Formats: sequence, structure tokens, C-alpha cells
Amino acid sequence: MTELLDVRDGTDPGTSVAVLDVDDLNVRFPTSDGVVHAVRGVSYRLQPGEVLGIVGESGSGKSVTSMAVMGLLGKSARVTGSIKFRGRELLGMGDRDMSGVRGRGIAMVFQDPMTSLNPVYKIGHQLAEALQTHVPDMSDDDARRRSLELLDLVGIPDAKQRVDQYPHEFSGGMRQRVVIAIAMANQPDVIIADEPTTALDVTVQAQVLDVLRAAQRETHSAIVLITHDLGVVAGMADRVMVMYAGRPVELGSVEDIYYRPRMPYTVGLLGSLPRVDIGERQRLTPIQGSPPSLLNLPPGCPFTPRCPMSRPNCETEEPLFRSVGAEHGAACHYSEELRDLEHSAEIFDVTSTDAGLPSDDGPQAIDPLKDGPVGSTPEPPRDDDDGARIPTSELGTPAGDRPHLEAPANEGPGYQ
Amino acid sequence: MTTTAERTPGPDDDLIMKVTDVEKYFPIMSKGVIRHHVGDVKAVDGISFNLRRNETLGLVGESGCGKSTTGRALLHLQPATAGSIVFDGHELTTLSQRAMRPLRRDIQIVFQDPYASLDPRMPVNSIVGEAMRIHGLWNKESTERIRVLLGLVGLNPEHGNRFPHEFSGGQRQRIGIARALALEPKVLVLDEPVSALDVSIQAGVINLLEDLKNRLGLAYIFIAHDLSVVRHISDRVAVMYLGKIVEIADTSELFERPAHPYTQSLLSAIPLPDPRRERARERILLTGDVPSPANPPSGCRFRTRCPKFANQLDDSQREQCVNEIPALDDRGMGHDVACHYAEVVDILA
Ligand SMILES: Nc1ncnc2c1ncn2[C@@H]1O[C@H](COP(=O)(O)OP(=O)(O)OP(=O)(O)O)[C@@H](O)[C@H]1O
Ligand SMILES: Nc1ncnc2c1ncn2[C@@H]1O[C@H](COP(=O)(O)OP(=O)(O)OP(=O)(O)O)[C@@H](O)[C@H]1O
Ligand code: SF4
Ligand code: SF4
Ligand SMILES: [Mg+2]
Ligand SMILES: [Mg+2]
Repeated sequence: MTELLDVRDGTDPGTSVAVLDVDDLNVRFPTSDGVVHAVRGVSYRLQPGEVLGIVGESGSGKSVTSMAVMGLLGKSARVTGSIKFRGRELLGMGDRDMSGVRGRGIAMVFQDPMTSLNPVYKIGHQLAEALQTHVPDMSDDDARRRSLELLDLVGIPDAKQRVDQYPHEFSGGMRQRVVIAIAMANQPDVIIADEPTTALDVTVQAQVLDVLRAAQRETHSAIVLITHDLGVVAGMADRVMVMYAGRPVELGSVEDIYYRPRMPYTVGLLGSLPRVDIGERQRLTPIQGSPPSLLNLPPGCPFTPRCPMSRPNCETEEPLFRSVGAEHGAACHYSEELRDLEHSAEIFDVTSTDAGLPSDDGPQAIDPLKDGPVGSTPEPPRDDDDGARIPTSELGTPAGDRPHLEAPANEGPGYQ
Repeated sequence: MTTTAERTPGPDDDLIMKVTDVEKYFPIMSKGVIRHHVGDVKAVDGISFNLRRNETLGLVGESGCGKSTTGRALLHLQPATAGSIVFDGHELTTLSQRAMRPLRRDIQIVFQDPYASLDPRMPVNSIVGEAMRIHGLWNKESTERIRVLLGLVGLNPEHGNRFPHEFSGGQRQRIGIARALALEPKVLVLDEPVSALDVSIQAGVINLLEDLKNRLGLAYIFIAHDLSVVRHISDRVAVMYLGKIVEIADTSELFERPAHPYTQSLLSAIPLPDPRRERARERILLTGDVPSPANPPSGCRFRTRCPKFANQLDDSQREQCVNEIPALDDRGMGHDVACHYAEVVDILA
């Protein structure tokens, strides 16, 4: 069962019809401090029309992976592996061929819409330019007509007027819709959206996501959606890839990831989320510590210092990415033990401390609040003037003697 | 003067702060040699609420609705231009900065950005101890007290001589919290304290804030745009739109029985991290953008985006929305809501 099945999409590599096939992608940045190994063996296969969500902590390599696919990394980046777009290898492709792929083949939407928009040109000009770059014989009239259609489609009101305005006359949400319209302009096979709604208010985010769905219906593009918002992924993605320290640690259908996670990091991520749809107050289960530096990463599982399930061999052997179910894979020596997990609090603490330094080996260097009986949290003092002060009895008490602040372990959130 | 503030239940001696009709306008000046006052950004436009001891009041709303301005007005950092803020028996709005000083100890603030808000050249011990020195409270026990404070916020007291850059984002936020607690405040204004953090790290800081509140009997004004976090941590929640509170209620009441169309749209827009539930939901999509606070719509400020106004009301009802500012009142739903046609809809069921 621990065979290295090809779980990237559950199909046999030989028969795959993937639009995008990324295999063992590695990206290294030489810096004055040493080599930053930012992407360490990313593989995924994107089927036509599917939405792949990529989630993971800040710095886990989500953006660098996508920039590599787009050929947008600087000259200093050392990229190895393979990136095939409709069977054609993109790595090592010349600039001219690559700019042909960008836009018409693969389009990109960034968090900041002004990355893609030019402040000195009218919106209509920028749309027409995108259209005519790829279809040079498109007439100006046709380009304008199509631009108006696209602006309509992404829900820009009064498109006829708006098309002759400049980006600064648009709000953030409207600019992002224009960027989506430009991305759609040539019906690309793949749209890579890197945190497309992160800078937007939640009501505007809902509008933009709706537009992205509409864009997909219209173009049948496959979408790679990078976001730190597990709610957005839950609503949009067919499959989800969880990244940690530069590599995928879990990949599966959206249901597998949310209801049957098999990698402790995924479990921890889900258990950290407060839920707006669950009434009773539940204690969260944070992941202590912080992600490792990608400069001189030590051997072993990179999650070891933060993992409540880690054992000695985790420190020496980095787990392979293995199949844990149909079209579901994870990189953990002990993912089998998570099979019947119902609750993140079964493995993670409901702690409130974070005492290690990022450079330390583990986050548990000292945990001054952790001793003492469970549930002995004192009643908060209320009425007198000193009530709101730190009780004097606590001042000068040795750290270890103070009462335990954790709630009982069974209060963490579940998955369903 | 409205009497909204008095309507909140609970005995009065339990109040630590009473905010009544507070306004904060920023003047807009004309360009040119002689600058004229040509208008105002009405960042906060008449808000009233109470804060009780040991209570967490969540303040939510979208970017620019006036949350941070409210927070700064409560601390008298940017004094209100009208209205009254009574803190523990003292009227703050008329105090000089000097007279405010002894009260500063009691109301502290924690900012969003854990990178920008700590002086990179100072070791953590000095950052946490600085306020004690400024307020002339430094004594021979202070060193030990800093250790206790660091332990209290879940950091290792041994790390007090390290510099901010040696800590992770979540840990820096803990340092900011330790600094705010150094003077033993009664009220902590937390302005987006976890918004810049990754979720796995944010959870630890949320747990910490809950523990500190229970343990020290603090009251929090918790400012955030993330309603999941706000539901998790707050006892009561006020929803702001364009400088006004549009709905305020106990947390479970607000999330289970929202009555303002804006609150309802906000709740419906939050993506749920649960694929089956998320896909089964119906969304109330708002159209358009938030209007400028320099020139807010007449009557109800939400009317330009209100789905109820657009789809459910007849012309004479709309006229009321256009002409009459809806007061923040209990309209028979058991909590205060500022909508002429308020109606409870369970969005998250
Ligand atoms: N040009 C570069 N030189 C050196 N290191 C780099 C460079 N670009 C990125 N990195 C490093 O590569 C790692 C991965 O970065 P990346 O931007 O992909 O993270 P991410 O997952 O997109 O994070 P976020 O959620 O914050 O956007 C980080 O540690 C980053 O510091
Ligand atoms: N010093 C100032 N001068 C002029 N206008 C200001 C000033 N400070 C804030 N504003 C305006 O007041 C309004 C409210 O701003 P505020 O920062 O309170 O919003 P917020 O709710 O905290 O938003 P965010 O979620 O983006 O932090 C905004 O329109 C802002 O542009
Ligand atoms: S391999 Fe070991 S350290 Fe890594 S996630 Fe699995 S149990 Fe934890
Ligand atoms: S008063 Fe009218 S416009 Fe305002 S929220 Fe209520 S229904 Fe909508
Ligand atoms: Mg990124
Ligand atoms: Mg703010």
C-alpha cells in the first residue's frame, strides 16, 4: 500500500491528458547566505477544466512554484525538473516561445491587480492589446466589441463608459475583475490565480470569486488557485494541494483534504480555523513554532519540530509522498495513524504558548504555562478596582507554578 | 442625543466604558495658497456603545468603515470631534493630553503589524519595560515582572534580551501584547491583532487573548474584518458600515439572528472551510462599492448597495430609506439594528 503510486491525479502517467504536468520541480536561489531551496520536488497534473487549490503557510513555495511555471523567475533562480504544457516542455524554452504560451496558453492573476495593469493606458486599450497580441489580424472594432463583452461578463457596470477610463478610476475589486477579463481574453487553457482576492473585502471577494467561476464556465480553463483562505478553497477547488517547506505534503480531492486529512500539518491547519458557522465556542488547536528556514534545511521531515506525532526516525528520514487512498497522497511516515481521526485535538494541544525561537530546534523549549491541573483556570476577578489588574500573587511567582490555562483537550474543533 | 447607549442590558456599575454619539471628522482642505475647509471625511459618524468589565466587544466591518479611527478615538490618540467617551467615571473627550496621561495606563492598544510596531533596535525586555519607565513605575521588581509578562504571553522569559527580528510574526505579536499588559490596563483595544498572521499561528494568539482575558479580568475592543475570528472571541459584536454602527448584539444573537441587510450580506459572503456546507449555500451578492465617507448617501448609508432596497421594497418604502436616517433601535428583535425594514434572516443555518 505504501507503493509510490502516481497519485498526482490518479491516472496512469502514460494516458494522461493533462494540460499542465509538473514533475519534480525544484527551484533554488543562490544568495549570499547560501542556497535557498524554495521549491523541493513539486509534482502535480492539472486536468482540463479542473480547479486545483494550493494552500500552505507563508513562504511554503506556492508563488515560486507558479512563477516557475510562467517562466517569470529571475535569471538567478536555478530551476530543475519538468513543466509540460499540453505535452510541450516549458523549462528551457526561449523567451519568444514562452511569451506565446503566456496569455494564450496560461494566464496569470496576481494579488495586486496593478501588477498586470498599466496605469497610463485606458482599460479598453489594455484589453484590446491582450486580444490582438494573440490574434494579430483582429480588427480594432472587433477588439473593442470583445472587450465590452468581457467587461460585461466580469460584472463591470456601464462597460461602454468604463472601457475608456484609466485603472485609477476603478476600485480594487473592479481592477481585479478587469485583470480577470484580460486573463480570459484569449480563452487560455490554464489560469493561475495567486491570492486573487486576498486584498479585497469579503463582500467584494464574493463578487470576484463569482466572476472567476463565470470566467471558467465561459473559457473552460483549468484554474490553479493559490490562497491561504481554506474557505475559498473549500468552495472553489476540485482538488487541493497542501504545501509545507517547499513541497507538497498532501494532495487529494477537496473532500479528502477537509474530511479525511492524512498529514498532521493539514490536520493542524484545519484545527486552527475559527468557524463562523459553528455556534458553541471551541478551543482552537494552533501549530506551535514556525516553518523552517529553506536555507540549509536539515534532513528528515521538515514538520518534525512542530509535529505532535513526530518520532525519532522523522528527524532523519524525510517521508516520501505516498498514496493513502484513491487519488489521495500524503508525505508522512505515520499517516496511517490518522485514518480514524475525528478531531484535531486528538493530536494537537489547545495551547496558547509559543516559547521557542524560530531558530531553535523545537517550539517546546520552555512552556511556562503548561504545568498544573487541567481546568484550574481561576475565576476572573471582577468588581473591585484592582480587579482588572494582574493579580499581585502572580507577580514574582516562578513561572512554572502558575495555573494551567488550557481548556480540556476535547474542546477542539472537529472536521465535519 | 440618542439614548441607545443606555439600552444595553446589564447593571451600570459593570460598565468600564460608555461611548455616546462619538464623531471623528477629518477636514478636507482645498488646494492652493489660501486653503479653505471644503468638507469632511466622516470617518466615524455618531456611534454609541457600552463596554462592560471583562467583556470582549467585537468591532467588524469592511475596509475604511472607521474601525481603527474608533479605536484611536477611544484611546484619545486622535481625539473625537464630537460626542462623549466616559471611561471608569472620567470623561475623556475634554481631557488635555496631559490630564489623559494617568489614564493611559488603563487603556492600551495592540496594532495589526507585528513588524512595524516594535522598535527593531531594542531588546524585548526594554520594549516591554519601556512604558513602566515612562510612567515612572520602574522599581527593583520590574525585571522580574517583565519575565512574568513574557511567560504570561507564552514566550520564553530567557529570550528577553533578544531583538524583535529573532522572533516569528506570531511571537512578535505576543511581545506587543506583553508590552500592552505591562501597565496592567483595564481595557485593551486590539486593532486587527491576528490579521497579518498565518492561520496556524493566529490560533495560538487567539487562545492567548482568551486566556489573558479570563485570567486578568480584562475588557477588549477587538477590531477585525474576519467574522470567524470575531465570532470566536467576542461576547458582543458591533457591525460598522461607513462610519456608523448598523447592528449590535450578543454574539450568538448577531450570528444566528442577523437583522440588518448588511450584516446578512457579510455573513453570507464568508467562505466556510467545509466543502459540503460551502457548496450548499446561497449567497447574497452585493453590487457596487462602498461610497466615500466624505459624501455618504442620504438617509440610510447602505441603500446604494442594499439588496433589500433594490429587490424587495416598493417606491414609498424606498423613499423612507433615502430620506430618513434609520436609528440604531430595538425593532422587536431583541437587539439594536439600524434599518427601517429590519427582519431576522438566519444566514448560517
Ligand atoms: N528571489 C528569491 N531569492 C531568495 N529567496 C527567495 C526568492 N524568491 C522567493 N524566495 C524564498 O522562497 C520561499 C518561497 O516563497 P514563496 O513566495 O513561493 O512563498 P508563498 O508560499 O507564496 O508565501 P506567501 O503565502 O507569503 O505568498 C520563501 O522562503 C522566500 O523567501
Ligand atoms: N488621518 C486621516 N485623514 C483623513 N482621512 C482619514 C484619516 N484616517 C482615516 N481616514 C479615513 O477614514 C475612514 C476610516 O478609516 P479607518 O482606518 O478607521 O478604517 P478601518 O475600518 O480601520 O479600515 P481597515 O479595515 O482598512 O483598517 C477611511 O475612509 C479613511 O480613509
Ligand atoms: S513524518 Fe513524522 S514529523 Fe513528519 S508529519 Fe509525519 S509524524 Fe510528523
Ligand atoms: S434602511 Fe432601507 S436601505 Fe437601509 S438597510 Fe434597511 S432596507 Fe436597506
Ligand atoms: Mg505567495
Ligand atoms: Mg483599520
